[in-house]
Amino acid sequence: MSANTPLRGRPRARRSSTALTVAMGLMLLYALLPLFWLVMSSTKDTGSLTSSFGLWFGDGFHLFDNVWNVLSYDDGIYLRWFANTLLYAVVGAGGAALISTAGGYALAKYRFRGRTALAALVLGAIAIPGTALAVPTYLLFSKLGIIDTPWAVLLPSLVSPFGVYLMRVYAIGAVPDSMLEAARIDGSGEIRTFFTISLRLLAPGFVTVLLFSLVATWNNYFLPLIVLSDPEWFPLTVGLNQWNSLATGAAGSGATTTGFYPLVVTGSVLAIIPLVVAFLFLQRFWQSGLAAGSVKE
Amino acid sequence: MSTSNPPAQATTDRPTGRSRRASRSDRLGHGSFGYVFFAPFLVVFVIGIAAPLAYAAYLSLFQDRLVGGNVFVGFDNYTRALGDDLFRAGLWRVTLFLLVQVPVMLGLALLAALAIDSGRLRWPALFRIGIFVPYAVPAVVASLMWGYLYGDRFGLIRQIGDALHVDVPRLLSDSWMLTSIGNVVTWEYVGYNMLILYAALRTVPQELYEAAEMDGAGEFRKAWSIKLPALRPALALTTVFSIIGTFQLFNEPNVLQSLAPDVVSTSYTPNMYAFNLAFNGQQFNYSAAVAVVLGGVTAVVAYAVQVRSMRKEQSL
Repeated sequence: MSANTPLRGRPRARRSSTALTVAMGLMLLYALLPLFWLVMSSTKDTGSLTSSFGLWFGDGFHLFDNVWNVLSYDDGIYLRWFANTLLYAVVGAGGAALISTAGGYALAKYRFRGRTALAALVLGAIAIPGTALAVPTYLLFSKLGIIDTPWAVLLPSLVSPFGVYLMRVYAIGAVPDSMLEAARIDGSGEIRTFFTISLRLLAPGFVTVLLFSLVATWNNYFLPLIVLSDPEWFPLTVGLNQWNSLATGAAGSGATTTGFYPLVVTGSVLAIIPLVVAFLFLQRFWQSGLAAGSVKE
Repeated sequence: MSTSNPPAQATTDRPTGRSRRASRSDRLGHGSFGYVFFAPFLVVFVIGIAAPLAYAAYLSLFQDRLVGGNVFVGFDNYTRALGDDLFRAGLWRVTLFLLVQVPVMLGLALLAALAIDSGRLRWPALFRIGIFVPYAVPAVVASLMWGYLYGDRFGLIRQIGDALHVDVPRLLSDSWMLTSIGNVVTWEYVGYNMLILYAALRTVPQELYEAAEMDGAGEFRKAWSIKLPALRPALALTTVFSIIGTFQLFNEPNVLQSLAPDVVSTSYTPNMYAFNLAFNGQQFNYSAAVAVVLGGVTAVVAYAVQVRSMRKEQSL
């Protein structure tokens, strides 16, 4: 199963259908046109944002001005948000992927008392909606005194029951018991075997969990919105929405500051780029990992 | 995830086979390393899920009163939540959303996955990746972007409507808001669901198709008799995730609120209600009760769908 199943290469000899290609082309347009609008809009100043046609350039090319304004506004707060997001995503998603991999590996490859119960716990935890816990998490964390610190965002990001589930399914197929036995006979300790041999075999599953946790943490909005009030610790999502509130005047000052629109639009474009690039470059890995998780139930 | 039994059985078989080779003490020795590898998850699970859940349940049994301070009130907060019109309206709104948006999104994802897998599409990789790209866009950015596209200020949709002399409805108005939010969510997740379904389709052995073709099965017949049954577990998975996501709806309406403050109320979805009760109304105890009820409803519906799909599989 899974690990070595080639995703491409099924022999195809059939004629391609124009009607089908056109229909799917409409769906592709639906997916990409709004993003094209966003990129076009990031080259416009406030005036031509409202006056020019959305799917083409406006008067003048203001992309570099906009980027400069985004990066320099408020002593470079955007860069701070970017760095925060990077921290939350790298530590949160990296930690979640590693913890989930170890957990799934334990359930798949070790026989210990309570294992069945823990596997059931993982399955049950998938159905517990993360955001229903946001308000209680805030209350608990304020008791613990870690509100308004990176810990409040990082700790909940480390839990990924679905990651454990996926890695368990993946480990059953990808790590042969005979190999673990051989490592034991050679005198390799269990932990060393995990880091030097098993982790390599689990790589596609690991990358899949990593990427999906990366999306979850990079895009996280609800939890940081609740547990952070100091803009210095905001991730991009909370910061961008704050700028939007300033632009629409919903922030309470009453005055609409339309000058913020190019900032929101350009800041959004810059916020999207890292994830899209990560997905494009790592697609070979995560697509085979996804295949494992979606068929074995 | 729809059946927990088969993997559990499969894995209990394996160690017995191994134990014949390994000595008893040896097996017990390394078996305990299972705890070592599982421990980190258990720790973050307790901090991130179990403790907040327990704390919420505890808080929901109390009330802050002007006289007497924080007092134990039993299930009063729950009775209040169940009779709360604002909460019920929000719950009804997300239920409506669930009944319309989720089938539309999963239907589109299914058609796209079948189209890419059919082998009759030119440039399948382009479609597979292109339709998936919106998933990598943060919900906040997606909502802001679509909000601008919908709006009057620089709304592209209005521009196109004007150019074609078509009357475009006010997409951020009361009667269109839920549909508009549904479109944002569909845009974000259709590609993600498509990929999960497509990945499941790729694991169908080629011989099965060849056998069907020899029996004279056409493209539609193959889709119906081979592909759909093979997709059942993946469809169950995507359905459960969509249900959880829908009941928890927060980011999109919360962002659109700044663009249409009169339309998106503070209790538009149950999650927004819980949030606003806590952070704008300081009603932490009642908010905890609302969160617990919402979590309970979500878990029950998600679980019911799981059980249903499990039964279907067994009856095959």
